[in-house]
Amino acid sequence: MAVVFKRPHALRDVPMHYCPGCTHGIVHRLIAEVIDELGIEGKTIGVSPVGCTYNNYEYFNCDMQQAAHGRAPAVSTGIKRVHPDNVVFTYQGDGDLAAIGTAEIVHAAARGEKITTIFINNAIYGMTSGQMAPTTLLNQVTTTTPYGRKPELHGFPIKVCELLSTLDGAAFIERVSMHNIKNILNAKKAIKKAFQVQMANKGFSLVEVLSSCPTNWGLSPEKALKWIEEKMIPVYPLGNFKGKDLEV
Amino acid sequence: MGEKLLMKGNEVIAEAAIRAGCRHYFGYPITPQTEIAHYFAKKMPEVGGTFIQAESEIAAINMVYGAAGAGARVMTSSSSPGISLKQEGISYASGAELPAVIVNIVRCGPGLGGILPAQCDYFQAVKGGGHGDYKMVVLAPCSVQELYELTVEAFNIADKYRILAMIMGDGILGQMMETVEFRDKEEIYEADKSSWATVGTRMERDHNVITSIYIDPEVLERHNQKLQAKYRLIEENEVRCEVYNCEDADVIVAAFGTVARIVKNVIKMAAKEGIKVGLIRPITLWPFPVKVFEKYAEVPKAFLSVELNAGQMVEDVRLSVNGKRPVYFHGRMGGMIPTQQEILDKIKEILK
Amino acid sequence: MSQQEIIIAGFGGQGILSAGRLLAYAGMLEGKNVSWLPSYGPEMRGGTANCHVIISDDPVGSPILNSATALIVMNGPSLDKFENLVVKDGLIIADSSLVQRKPNRNDVKYSGIPATQIASDMGNSTYACIILLGKLLGSTGIVSKENFENALKKVLPEKYHHMIPDEMKALEIGMKY
Repeated sequence: MAVVFKRPHALRDVPMHYCPGCTHGIVHRLIAEVIDELGIEGKTIGVSPVGCTYNNYEYFNCDMQQAAHGRAPAVSTGIKRVHPDNVVFTYQGDGDLAAIGTAEIVHAAARGEKITTIFINNAIYGMTSGQMAPTTLLNQVTTTTPYGRKPELHGFPIKVCELLSTLDGAAFIERVSMHNIKNILNAKKAIKKAFQVQMANKGFSLVEVLSSCPTNWGLSPEKALKWIEEKMIPVYPLGNFKGKDLEV
Repeated sequence: MGEKLLMKGNEVIAEAAIRAGCRHYFGYPITPQTEIAHYFAKKMPEVGGTFIQAESEIAAINMVYGAAGAGARVMTSSSSPGISLKQEGISYASGAELPAVIVNIVRCGPGLGGILPAQCDYFQAVKGGGHGDYKMVVLAPCSVQELYELTVEAFNIADKYRILAMIMGDGILGQMMETVEFRDKEEIYEADKSSWATVGTRMERDHNVITSIYIDPEVLERHNQKLQAKYRLIEENEVRCEVYNCEDADVIVAAFGTVARIVKNVIKMAAKEGIKVGLIRPITLWPFPVKVFEKYAEVPKAFLSVELNAGQMVEDVRLSVNGKRPVYFHGRMGGMIPTQQEILDKIKEILK
Repeated sequence: MSQQEIIIAGFGGQGILSAGRLLAYAGMLEGKNVSWLPSYGPEMRGGTANCHVIISDDPVGSPILNSATALIVMNGPSLDKFENLVVKDGLIIADSSLVQRKPNRNDVKYSGIPATQIASDMGNSTYACIILLGKLLGSTGIVSKENFENALKKVLPEKYHHMIPDEMKALEIGMKY
C-alpha cells in the first residue's frame, strides 16, 4: 500500500495539546518536514519559549532546551557559540518575542547570531487567556483591552519583520501566513530558506508566521483563518523583507 | 607551583576560569568587576573561546543557561545590581540543574547604592535571591590566591553536582593586587554530560531536554525532592571553613572574605592585651559550616559576627550556636570598613 | 615582624597607582608578602587617587591601611587627608613642586623634593613619582634597587623598556636627594 501521508521523523509520536483550529501544530509540522528534508535532525537544537508552546520540546525529536519568557534568543546564542556547527532554532510567540523578550531578539539579530527564529504572531496572548499582545490590532478586543485596543491608551502594533530588517546582522526576514494551503506551502519554503541561511553562516534568520487563535479570538477555526486574511494581513503584509536572493 | 605573579583579583578570577577549562563567558559591564570582562575579551580569542558583551545581565545569564545546557564550562560575572537582574536566570538554571559559575563582586545597596565594598548580598546568595526552593554553592575567598583556587573549585563543584556555584567577593578583593601562584595543571572534574546535554542527537539516542517546567504536581514534587536530596549531599561533602585560634578563645569572631583579614589583625592586637580572640571563617557560605560552630559553641564566652552589612550571616551563626552562647553583631554599611580598633572595642565591650 | 605600610596619594594621572604597583612587585621579588589596594570609583576619573601598599615578612592581614609607616603625597589635599595616619617616627615624602605646605606634625620625618620640577627638567614629568619612590628606597631600604629594576622589567610592557634607564636615573636622584 502506498504511503501518502506520514509523520515527519523530526516530530515525536505524541498527541499535541493545542486547541482545535490552532495553527501551532501545522507550523511544528512544517519545521519538522524542513529538518527532515535538510537531514539535520541529529545536529539540530531547538529552544522552546514561554506561552502556549512552552512544552513543544516534547514534540520535536531533536535536542531541546526550554527558555525563560523572552530569553530564547539569548539561550540559543549560548548554545550556538558552544556548538557553531549545529543548527539552532527558537520558536517564540508574540508576547515572548515582541514584549518581554524584545531586547533579546533585537540584539541576537544585531549580532548576526547564526540562529533561526520562528515567530508566531497571532495578535493575542493565548496561554494566559487572551490578553493584549504587542501585535494586537487596533480596536481588537482582548481581555485586557475590553473596549478595544486604543492607540492613545495602548499604543500601536509592533511590526517585527519591518523592525528587525533594519539591522545589518539580520540576513533573512520573511512574513508568511497559515490562512490557506497556498500560504502554508509558502511558509514552508520560507522556513526552509531560513534554516539554510543559518547553515550557510549568513547571519540571523527569522520567519514571522501569522497564525490563528480561535479560542481567544472567539471565532470558529474557519472564521479565524478568514480573520487572518481580512484583518491581519492588511496590517502585517506578507512577503520577504530581507535576504530573498541570498545564495544558500 | 609556577612563578609568583602580582595580579589583580578580578583578573585572577578570569585567568583561573580559563585554567579550569572555561571557554565561554557572557557578561555586562558593571563596576567594580569589569576587569573580569576585559581579561576574557583579550584572552578568549587566544584560547579559542567565546566572549560576548551581552545586551543585559538578563541576556548574559540566559546565554550561560544555553551554553551550560549545551555541555560547556561557562561563567558570568557581575556586581550586586546586575546579580539582581540575573535572579530569573539563576532560578531557571537551578531548576534545570545546569552547572555554571557566577561571580558577584558585591557593592553597596540597596538600589544603585554605591560601588564600594559590601557583603549585603549574603541573604540573596545563600537564601535564594530568585524564586523557588533552590540553592547555589557560595564560595567566599579572602585573598587573591584564594580567588584563583576557589574559582577552579567552583567549576568542579558545579560539574560534579549539576549546580550553580557563586564566587562572592567585594571590591577590595576584586581591585587589590596580591601574589598569586598558579599550578602547572589544574585538576578538572570530568563530568559525563552525555545523558542530558543538548549537543545534537546525531540520530543515535533519544533527544535530551533541558527544562525547569513540570506542570504535573506529583512530578514537580519529585523533582524538588531530588534537588533537596542533592543539596543535603552537598551539605555533607562540600563545607569549607577556616578555624583560627579558636581553642580557649574568649570570643570567637565569625567573618568571611575581606572582613576575616581585618579580624586576623584584631586577633594580634587583642593578644597583646591578653584577650584571646578566635576566628571562624566560612569559606562556603552555603553550605554553611554549621558543624564547626556546633563544635565550638561552648568554647568562648560569646560569638561576634562582623560583616559589611546590617546583620545577615549573624542569623546563620545564631542558628548554628543554637542559644548555647550569646551571639553579637558588628557591621558597617555603605562601603565603610570597620577599623581593627573598633572591632577590638566591640570585643572588649562584650567581655565587660 | 617587620611590616611596611605605604600610602601613595595624589591626582589621577600622576602615576600614583603604577608607582604603588612597582613597589609591591619589587617587594614580591624580595620574597616578601605584599598587597596593593587602589582607591576605586568616581575619583578615578581625574580626581584624587591613592593606593595602599603593604610589604611584610608575614602574610598580609587586612589590605586596608588604618595607619602608614610611610606616606608619599603628590598634592596638597592628599597631605591634608593622610598626614594623621602616619605613625610616630614615620616618614612623609612630598613633591614640593606641588605640595605648598609642610606637615603640621613634628613627630615624623619629612622630605620635600621638587620631584615634578626635576622630572620635567629630565624631559618627562611622569618620572616624578619614581623620584619620590627613590627617596623612600633610600630612606628605608624597603626594597633593593636591583629588585626595583626587575619590577620595572616585569610591570612595563616591552615597548616601554627603553625608558628603564631613565627611570632608574630618576630613582637614583631620589635616593640621593
